[in-house]
Amino acid sequence: MENSKTIEKKQQAESIIFKRRFRLSEFIIEKIIFLSSFLAILGVVLIFFFIFKEALPVLTSPEVKKEASLKLFFSTVIWQPVSDFPRYGLIPLIVGTFKVVIVALFFSIPLSVGAAIYTSEFAPVRLKEFIKPIVEILAGIPSVVLGFFALMVMASFFHSIFHSTMRLNAFNAGVALSFAIIPVIYSLAEDSLNSVPRSLKEASLALGANRWQTAFRVSLSVAMPGVLAGIILGLGRAVGETMIVLMASGNASMLSANIFDSVRTMSATIAAELGEVVQGSAHYNVLFFIGASLFVFTLIINSLAHLVVRRLQRKLAGKV
Amino acid sequence: MRFRINLFGSFFTGLTLFATLIIFAILFVIIGNVVLHGHKIISWEFITQAPREGMTAGGIFPAIFGTVALVILMIIAVLPVGVMTAIYLHEYAKPESVLTRTIRFAVNNLAGVPSIVFGLFGLGFFIQFIGAGMDKFFGLEVVWGQPCLLWAALTLALLNLPVVVVAAEESLRAVPKETREASLALGATKWQTIRRIILPQALPGVLTGAILSISRGAGEVAPIMFTGAAYFLPYLPHKPTDQFMELGYHVYVMATQSPDVEATKPILYGTVLVLLILTLLLNFIAIFIRSKVRRQMRQTI
Repeated sequence: MENSKTIEKKQQAESIIFKRRFRLSEFIIEKIIFLSSFLAILGVVLIFFFIFKEALPVLTSPEVKKEASLKLFFSTVIWQPVSDFPRYGLIPLIVGTFKVVIVALFFSIPLSVGAAIYTSEFAPVRLKEFIKPIVEILAGIPSVVLGFFALMVMASFFHSIFHSTMRLNAFNAGVALSFAIIPVIYSLAEDSLNSVPRSLKEASLALGANRWQTAFRVSLSVAMPGVLAGIILGLGRAVGETMIVLMASGNASMLSANIFDSVRTMSATIAAELGEVVQGSAHYNVLFFIGASLFVFTLIINSLAHLVVRRLQRKLAGKV
Repeated sequence: MRFRINLFGSFFTGLTLFATLIIFAILFVIIGNVVLHGHKIISWEFITQAPREGMTAGGIFPAIFGTVALVILMIIAVLPVGVMTAIYLHEYAKPESVLTRTIRFAVNNLAGVPSIVFGLFGLGFFIQFIGAGMDKFFGLEVVWGQPCLLWAALTLALLNLPVVVVAAEESLRAVPKETREASLALGATKWQTIRRIILPQALPGVLTGAILSISRGAGEVAPIMFTGAAYFLPYLPHKPTDQFMELGYHVYVMATQSPDVEATKPILYGTVLVLLILTLLLNFIAIFIRSKVRRQMRQTI
């Protein structure tokens, strides 16, 4: 009797110990998971902090301000950082960026939205499953390869057509850039067209509208916020994209309205000049300032796009 | 009237098909051009030898080696963190709490930060803050406070964190709720359920994320330009504090800064082809696994 009791007690004690030890490891693992999920937040905060730390002297340090300040950025139209009297006019860089981005959006929006409409509304199911991976493959091409293609092949091709004075120009870079953002716009546009409730489409068809009327007047108008979000995200990507414009735009910081002139964009300026700059110099701080502006711009753009998508999802969820 | 509307409609339908075909054509022309000009030079020697005579002869082995070393270090850093973040978001977090939303906000925005900004961050944080700080602390000459393999890999890891998190979370979502509940009902703890039941089922999706991030990491140039990549090195990197050659960076420098473009052109095209094969092959595998997972998911629901 006694013996069996002690065994039982022992077992009980063991099971308690076992359980405790087990809970401890569970506790530890949960804390590790919890902490590692903070790393994404930490990453954003650190990026914010360290980019702005190096950009701040442009606004605060009296020495740096003599050479480069907010006022000087916009009081000259010349970007000439390496000279006896360095001038940091940001206007040509900003205009250059927008020239390239506008060309890129001009080509990518019709192509990607058109393809998205075709995929979700008209394509047979088999073809549909073929188109999507193809666009994903386009997204998988590294931007340095697109830049290389624009530099070696497209530039000569466009030159032979348009006979522009400069072989590498905003148009060339913009077209190459559109290849990079087509998948971005396409995937969001296609997703939101696909999430339009079937009941809406069927109602439209039942009322006698034909397929293209349903596609354009019903599906597209319901999914419009998603398409817009895709375009916004594409814009953000286009502004920040570096290697393509660095290789294909000619990198001359000139101010003109002609899209066949060479341009220097904000992102390409950082990539081209950071390697040779003295750490802590005004030039160094200005490059970080440009980086900080890009960071803030894309942050706003992204938040906007995600807000729009969330609204759309809620709206559609309410309708089904 | 009716006929006109139909004509109008088929015209627009045709336009959307045309847009799709143009995208196909773009992809076809780019890949076709690179394969056409690049396949001639690809040989065993090209992949296994170092460059000679100012990049006009020899191979690209050091660049391949550097790329592989870079992505291995990167994936070691990003995979555990990304998967655990996804586990937290999907298994532990309350869906609408402030913290969860903040994490999602951070992941989403990390995905949108321009790659050149990651390069700036790598330089400012990893090299000049952490690296130089370590050198000062240990009283070393410049060892850690310079561009090197480790800092480039960590910069890329941060860049790819969203890729892993999104893919892993999608695959966690694909695991049916009943499986989870059955395991918990049998007395398994939450972590046991995750480790023994959920993660094995979610493995293909996690793998997709890993492969996609490797593919993206191998192709990104802007973040590593200032954090570790070098144009030419006579030796292979053998410790994390060495600089390294990398395929994408090699393409960039050869294409833009070569003194004799015509002489380096065959090697340049060969390098692009190798880079393209590497990234597209990884993408193919990822897309294949994902479509399989999605089909499975559709069946379970």
